[in-house]
Amino acid sequence: MSLTSYFMEATYLIASLLFILALKMMSHPETARKGMFLAEGGMFAAIVGTLVGTEIVTWSWIIAGLALGSIIGGWMAVTVPMTAMPQRTALSHAFGALAAALVGVGEFVVKGSELSGITRGALGFEVMLGALTTTGSLIAAGKLQGIIAGKPVQFKGQNAVNLLIGLSMISSFVFFCIHPEVIAAFYSMLGLAFVFGVMLVIPIGSADMPVVMSLLNSYAGLAAAATGFVLQNNVLIIAGTLDGFSGFILSVLMCKAMNRSITNVLFGGFGAVIAEASTSNSGGVMREISLDDAAMQLAFANRVIFVPGYGLATAQAQHAVRELGELLEERGVTVKYAIHPVAGRMPGHMNVLLAEANVPYSSLYEMEQINPEFPSTDVAVVIGANDVVNPDARDNPNSLIAGMPILEVDRAKSVIVLKRGQGRGFSGLENPLFFKPCTSMLYGDAKATLGHLAQAVQHV
Amino acid sequence: MNPAVLIASVYVFALAAFLGYQVISRVPPLLHTPLMSATNAISGISLIGSLVLAGKAHYPLFAHILGFVAVTTATINVVGGFGITDRMLKMFGKRKAAPTAEVAK
Repeated sequence: MSLTSYFMEATYLIASLLFILALKMMSHPETARKGMFLAEGGMFAAIVGTLVGTEIVTWSWIIAGLALGSIIGGWMAVTVPMTAMPQRTALSHAFGALAAALVGVGEFVVKGSELSGITRGALGFEVMLGALTTTGSLIAAGKLQGIIAGKPVQFKGQNAVNLLIGLSMISSFVFFCIHPEVIAAFYSMLGLAFVFGVMLVIPIGSADMPVVMSLLNSYAGLAAAATGFVLQNNVLIIAGTLDGFSGFILSVLMCKAMNRSITNVLFGGFGAVIAEASTSNSGGVMREISLDDAAMQLAFANRVIFVPGYGLATAQAQHAVRELGELLEERGVTVKYAIHPVAGRMPGHMNVLLAEANVPYSSLYEMEQINPEFPSTDVAVVIGANDVVNPDARDNPNSLIAGMPILEVDRAKSVIVLKRGQGRGFSGLENPLFFKPCTSMLYGDAKATLGHLAQAVQHV
Repeated sequence: MNPAVLIASVYVFALAAFLGYQVISRVPPLLHTPLMSATNAISGISLIGSLVLAGKAHYPLFAHILGFVAVTTATINVVGGFGITDRMLKMFGKRKAAPTAEVAK
């Protein structure tokens, strides 16, 4: 080994250590940012190490790629609004996975049938995971952005078709492992993986996106780890595995928060089944409340808990809710925010939005922490959340979301629900919370309503 | 690849998985979005594989072009991912102690 190769390996080791340290520092908001600087340093070192340690002759492609990527990435980093974070993250899963897949294809183009059996196996994983994550993430991003209909796309025999595509992809992979000289096997594996990614994500509704995002995160990471196996590069294995496991842990957490299994999310077709379900308990009436009455209730309360949902993000109402919260705090009201793990479209979505609006993170409470506090709460304000506060999940064993842990807002003394219209929530489920005597409804755009509430509170 | 290298790689993989599980399960739900964004940026390390493909000596032109696309997308992830993660974490840093929080009960 030459001196430059040793230098390169040293930078990889340093990068690996810094990445792990950075994730460890992620465990607290005070240290997280410093940790990311370390990770950035590690990344920079590894890039320099690679450029020094590899026998590079053609600089033009490298410089062009780095420049173009930096411009697009930098532009995204500065301009993407916090409300678009789920789409942005889905897109970045697609980019990461595409890079892994392309490196795999490149490796095949360069070495072809010289690749050893073990390497071909790893290469197959890399290319399949990379390709299916690319198209799957693009579909997810499209759904989140609203370019593609968010509703689950389903047809008869879908699972059979998916199974067929999946099996053909795996047979191509096996064939490629045995007969690497047949180029068609490799490319049919690649093509089928692209199709398979689309088929995996189109049947999934937007409400299940937190799980899908986490899973795609995991696949993208594992694709990078497989790249590490192919290139025999440990820093790639380590970074990819960390990413893969982070995604995996998040998927498990999200599934737990919905009381569903991963297979159920992927193949269950949630939104479609519900249309057939009976809506037996829609007997009651929804009671509307006027803005002034709602403002009065809030202004004279001791404890108020805000419960944000995806509706807060679509209405971009995070600043409006913070302003209302601050006005209430000035009046001596204790204000807290209750965050359900699957509120929004990706893990932690609501926390980021509220942090953007300057809500201190010490006011944000997780479900287990806040649930015991609802009985002593005067007013719970539900803003664009539905399923995560549906008492049916707890009380009605026949409900489709039975067993899903919820924020128990119905135990509060009174509940005000901010809702766009009288329609049902995203899942199409009836929500008995809206018919309870303690609940009153406030219709309209969340941002405008919260603004009006804030004005009304000032005049109380 | 000879079996010894494979075994070493599997060791690295298993240990990284174990360590990742230990470290990441300590990240609070509060930071799950930045976590996803950060791990994404970190796995943009596949950039180093792309760099080799894009510029190594004696590689065919097609490989260079694939490498170029991979370098571009990986760089988008690294630059964009770290940039956005930092923007998010900055927001969590400010206004640490709110006067009214934690006083209740």
